[in-house]
Amino acid sequence: MKKFLTGNEAIARGAYEAGCLLAAAYPGTPSTEILENISQYSEIYSEWSPNEKVALEVASGASIAGSRALAAMKHVGLNVASDPMFTMAYTGVNGGLVVVNADDPGLHSSQNEQDNRLVAPHAKVLMLEPSDGQECLDFVKAAFALSEEFDSPVLFRVTTRVCHSKSIVEIGERVEAGIKPYVKDPAKYVMSPGNALKRHPVVEEKLLRAKDYSETCPFNRIEWGNRKIGIITSGISYQHAKEVFGEQASYLKLGMTYPLPEQKIRDFAAQVDTLYIIEENDPYLEQQVRSLGISCIGKERIPICGELNAEIVRRALLGETEPKTYQVSQKPTARPPVLCAGCPHRPLYVALKKLKDIVVTGDIGCYTLGMVPPLSMLDTVICMGAGISSGIGFEKVNRMAGRKEKIFGIMGDSTFFHSGITSLIDAVYSNSNMAIILLDNSTTAMTGHQENPGTGVNLMGQPAPVIDLVNVVKAVGVKPENIRIVDPYDLAETEKAVQEAYASQELFVVVTKQPCALMKDVQKKREGLYCYSDAEKCKKCKACLRTGCPAIAMKNGTIHIDKAQCNGCTLCQQVCKFDAIAKVGE
Amino acid sequence: MNKSVMLVGVGGQGTILTSKILAEGLLGAGYDVKMSEIHGMAQRGGSVTTHIKYGEKVNSPIINKGEADVLIAFEKVEALRYLCHLKAGGILIVSDHEIYSQSVLSGTEDYPQEIIESLTQAVERTIVLQAVKLAEQLGNIRTHNIVLLGVLVKALGLEQLDWVQVMKDLIPEKVLEANVKAFKTGLAV
Ligand SMILES: Cc1ncc(C[n+]2csc(CCOP(=O)(O)OP(=O)(O)O)c2C)c(N)n1
Ligand code: SF4
Ligand code: SF4
Ligand code: SF4
Repeated sequence: MKKFLTGNEAIARGAYEAGCLLAAAYPGTPSTEILENISQYSEIYSEWSPNEKVALEVASGASIAGSRALAAMKHVGLNVASDPMFTMAYTGVNGGLVVVNADDPGLHSSQNEQDNRLVAPHAKVLMLEPSDGQECLDFVKAAFALSEEFDSPVLFRVTTRVCHSKSIVEIGERVEAGIKPYVKDPAKYVMSPGNALKRHPVVEEKLLRAKDYSETCPFNRIEWGNRKIGIITSGISYQHAKEVFGEQASYLKLGMTYPLPEQKIRDFAAQVDTLYIIEENDPYLEQQVRSLGISCIGKERIPICGELNAEIVRRALLGETEPKTYQVSQKPTARPPVLCAGCPHRPLYVALKKLKDIVVTGDIGCYTLGMVPPLSMLDTVICMGAGISSGIGFEKVNRMAGRKEKIFGIMGDSTFFHSGITSLIDAVYSNSNMAIILLDNSTTAMTGHQENPGTGVNLMGQPAPVIDLVNVVKAVGVKPENIRIVDPYDLAETEKAVQEAYASQELFVVVTKQPCALMKDVQKKREGLYCYSDAEKCKKCKACLRTGCPAIAMKNGTIHIDKAQCNGCTLCQQVCKFDAIAKVGE
Repeated sequence: MNKSVMLVGVGGQGTILTSKILAEGLLGAGYDVKMSEIHGMAQRGGSVTTHIKYGEKVNSPIINKGEADVLIAFEKVEALRYLCHLKAGGILIVSDHEIYSQSVLSGTEDYPQEIIESLTQAVERTIVLQAVKLAEQLGNIRTHNIVLLGVLVKALGLEQLDWVQVMKDLIPEKVLEANVKAFKTGLAV
């Protein structure tokens, strides 16, 4: 049967057909929909783990116990999961273990543009790279089998355009792989130094075998066309190359990109006049090809930075100029994402904005948008968890320098469970006197509202124990008198808590509790609530506009609130000193 | 020859459903189809684009600058933003509708004036549509995207396909009739 599937849907389907029994992930664009789709199959236990390291460890245990298992993450998630990944290369697997890694060339929704193909040789694991939906499905099935055959995790590397593009995919039936017996084998699974030392040669031997396999495997194929130009490529870059050169070139299309088929590369290179390496981001293939002593054209023409497309390839390799396009004199206004109307994160920033001399170490989530004007509140955003931990270091140096700024660390609930708890432990342990704001909107909003340990529901839609964030804060040793729990829709209460945190000489934690305004039940509950402004009373002071709520506009000199967007959070009403805003509904 | 259609708009305008219906219709007609979507984060109000390419065999899912046979904008500033993707001689369909971004709301930037005039002057084949007003007159303002779909289908010369059937599969029963009406209105423009 044929279906029109995104790469992520095809990966989920492939895992299902391969008889996978367990899948774990932490959400992250562009990988999120893989687990969301896997969770539709009742045959597979699936979970949102608190972070990627936990997800991969859960999958590793399942694999050793004998089932086929999958872990999925975005590229920066693999940084977090690197620890189990690198050592799983040594232990090997029992049931097949597939690690799906989704890179984000062009940074559609990420904090960096790392190219994780480079991880495969570093971690010494096999790597497959599909270039469309059909290959996503077929390769995932093959990846489970290869993992078992070579006793290694398989890194399954995709990119945003593969994950989020739909194409026609032939689907099949599930074939149960069952659960293999587990036989105790500490020499293989207990990685003490002595055991690991003996496993390392096994790993190297595995890679040699995998290299032989790579030479003849169906994933690395040559498509002969005109031999004046030869192209070595993989993943989505293959599609761009085909679009530009069609039959006018020959292709070595690599689907297994670690270990690489050296002999096949040599043979191919020898039969073409000019060799191009067409790849996105880093010169991963190019360096391998050059190390074989083969000359080629690659990154001296094709940019390292940004997402690749056919037009860039055309300009780089065919010398075409930028296409002539229609032009008009007007420039489009910028439309960056902003916190939604009624977002429970907004009042916190409005409260913080009143404080002088503060440094705000931010984190990743919807609240990162506190950086956008008119709020413009964040000093730093690095990675998940750093909102607290980088604040600790900043505060130490501030003290040495005799600077007076108060440090505020900002973090959401999902990020707190992901990697904030260890950071908070350090804040306590290191005697930090920073202020920490935990924005608890009861969801993982930014990636599309996934469940997390605080929401009381799991990925499979079943009720789950609620891990109470405030209890965790207390349990790691923040003094109860230094904890405030506030409703951010109550601006006065929020401001009071933030000011207390500002004045405190000890570690202080403020937790704002109010669910994300976009969640369906919240929208339903707040239906019919909205605010409007009274032109008679309005003094045009623009205080309401400075909240940055997208429902509020100044049109022809009067304040107008868009009823359709407004959810009646009353932030604007609370900042209006002239009583010019009123609320409708209860 | 493959055809490329780019749909652009603002989050919440229904571009994604429109793209889905178009893609399903094309698949039913036996074309190879690729569809690529870039949407911002969870928040509403960001710029949303969908690339749809169809023909005998489609490789890259991305529509590059100067490659779209049809560019359909659900909002005027979005038409400006992606105009460079329209192919020479291509068709521009634009909904005469304004959605203000944060910078415009807070008064740091002005919403550009006379966009429609400039677009019609620059692009020979421009179709301007009061899609939102038309939908409102039809009784359901939210069907403005399907009015636009009707215009798009006609511009692509695909009227012969069974779009009503595709809509039946993708649109909830209770608003189906309103949407079919909107589609026919679009076709008749
Ligand atoms: C290591 C890593 N994994 C995943 C992501 C993707 N990601 C960014 S923020 C975020 C969750 C944000 O949730 P929360 O902290 O609760 O904030 P909210 O968006 O709900 O405001 C995720 C999953 C990432 N940037 N880095
Ligand atoms: S999705 Fe929720 S948390 Fe994110 S900006 Fe919108 S209201 Fe705020
Ligand atoms: S805060 Fe009140 S007085 Fe000031 S512009 Fe807004 S509505 Fe008018
Ligand atoms: S009440 Fe005011 S601040 Fe809150 S959503 Fe409505 S307009 Fe925006």
